[in-house]
Amino acid sequence: MTEFRIGPADQIPEGGRLVVDCDGKEVGVFRVKGALHAWHNTCPHRQGPICQGRLYAQVIEPVAADGTTRLLAYDEDAQHIVCPWHGYEFDLQTGRCQGRPTQRLRPAQLREEAGIVYVRP
Amino acid sequence: MTHDARPLNVQEIDVFTDTREVLAHANKGAKQRGFQDWLICDVDAHHVETVSWHELVEYIEDPVIRHQAMLYQKERIGGAPYGLNGDMGLKYQDVGGRIPHQAGVREPVDDTSVHRDVTLTRRAMQSLGVDYMVLFPTPMLTLGLHPQPEMEVHLSRAYNRWLVDKVLKADNRIKTLAYLPFNTPTEAEAMIEEFADEPGVIGFCVPSVRHKPLHHNDYMRCYARLQELGKPIAFHAAYHWQDPSLATVNRFLGMHALGFAWCNMVHMTNWILNGIPERFPGLKSIWVESGLAWIPFLMQRLDDQYLMRPSEAPQLKKLPSEYMRENCWYTTQPMETTNMKALQVTLEMINAESQLLFASDWPHFDFDLPQEIFDLPFLSEQAKRNILGLNAAKLFGLDPTPVKTL
Ligand code: FES
Repeated sequence: MTEFRIGPADQIPEGGRLVVDCDGKEVGVFRVKGALHAWHNTCPHRQGPICQGRLYAQVIEPVAADGTTRLLAYDEDAQHIVCPWHGYEFDLQTGRCQGRPTQRLRPAQLREEAGIVYVRP
Repeated sequence: MTHDARPLNVQEIDVFTDTREVLAHANKGAKQRGFQDWLICDVDAHHVETVSWHELVEYIEDPVIRHQAMLYQKERIGGAPYGLNGDMGLKYQDVGGRIPHQAGVREPVDDTSVHRDVTLTRRAMQSLGVDYMVLFPTPMLTLGLHPQPEMEVHLSRAYNRWLVDKVLKADNRIKTLAYLPFNTPTEAEAMIEEFADEPGVIGFCVPSVRHKPLHHNDYMRCYARLQELGKPIAFHAAYHWQDPSLATVNRFLGMHALGFAWCNMVHMTNWILNGIPERFPGLKSIWVESGLAWIPFLMQRLDDQYLMRPSEAPQLKKLPSEYMRENCWYTTQPMETTNMKALQVTLEMINAESQLLFASDWPHFDFDLPQEIFDLPFLSEQAKRNILGLNAAKLFGLDPTPVKTL
């Protein structure tokens, strides 16, 4: 399988991304908590361009001991990518879909050597 | 072997991204599936008419209201578009910026030879693989609740005239179901006469969010005329937060899920139980943008209750569900797909092969693609072709030969 050279690893800063075309196959490479993750740019919902969506921390609604709620919050530990077509949200580190963890992003094989990132889509 | 990857032009899609980029995967999917040879009619898509409100108000018939509206559009700041009611800022469809095309299609358009909405609609058609697209307004869909019934008349007539003039005349692949101001039945009748033969007008539309019942005797002349003309009448759903029956719903998700089905469930119940299909057997009604899952529920519910209380619906000669599957048409979107078995039963119950019409609802957050129908494992190829375009061609009298270039 052909390997594709993405470029220098430091080109993708924390919270950043690079979405590339590898001879017709599109892949997004993201840096989350220092580590790189590569996903196919195809949403499992309806093949939308998931990797070109916006990044959000997961929204949570803290519940007090008495069962009441007051504010929403962002859980900065869980970084999501949101599909721009219909809003499905996926955890950038695990690829799992919020609300339906069996529906996952498809990973692309990723390799870093001498500061250069390569993927096999 | 190592090749260099090529960075995509658009790294993050936003409201300024070209429709063709946003929908690039849709276009690829359309080509892979061979849609070039399939007639695809999209019976419900939208534009945001309020972007052009300053042009539209020039088409208001009443000279005093027109003058007022033009000055308002020119001078007023901090207000909604002239004369428009509705949910003001309670429009959270884009999920806090997560779905940019819903927030705004603000991409550059260089072509000044046609109205911007023509170009945007062409881009959507090209990307989705659509031959004909039926365009509806967006904020105007709650005009049926306007406290001034005459304003519904002023604005809907202006909209219909503006749309014909600026959009429909420019491209015969763009169609509409012209707005009927149903709170003033005589004006609705006049609207039918004015627009029935206009280019691109293939039927008429009543926005479903309204409180006057569709079975009121005042509407019988409209139905009779539409039956005579062979023009369908569509009931286009919407949500609105002023509905007392939904007053406890606090999340937009809940409001959207219920509101879009509820208004048409109420109208359909009245439509059937008052025997409108018996009185006007040739009148074609289309139920738009309520999804599909509500139909089997309502069919079963009404059938059960009707059999116990037939004296309360004396016009009926068969079960409510039979009218719903023989006299009514439905648009697909937003098609519920999390339970395929349920979807299959739904399509059987509504006789999808002849009654179902594909709709994308582009550019809204829950838009559907033609490929969803194509990919359904339980439909014959003929059924898919019917749903994607041939049923609409028959209903609206369109040429069934595909005209697009993918
Ligand atoms: S295609 Fe991604 S959310 Fe629908």
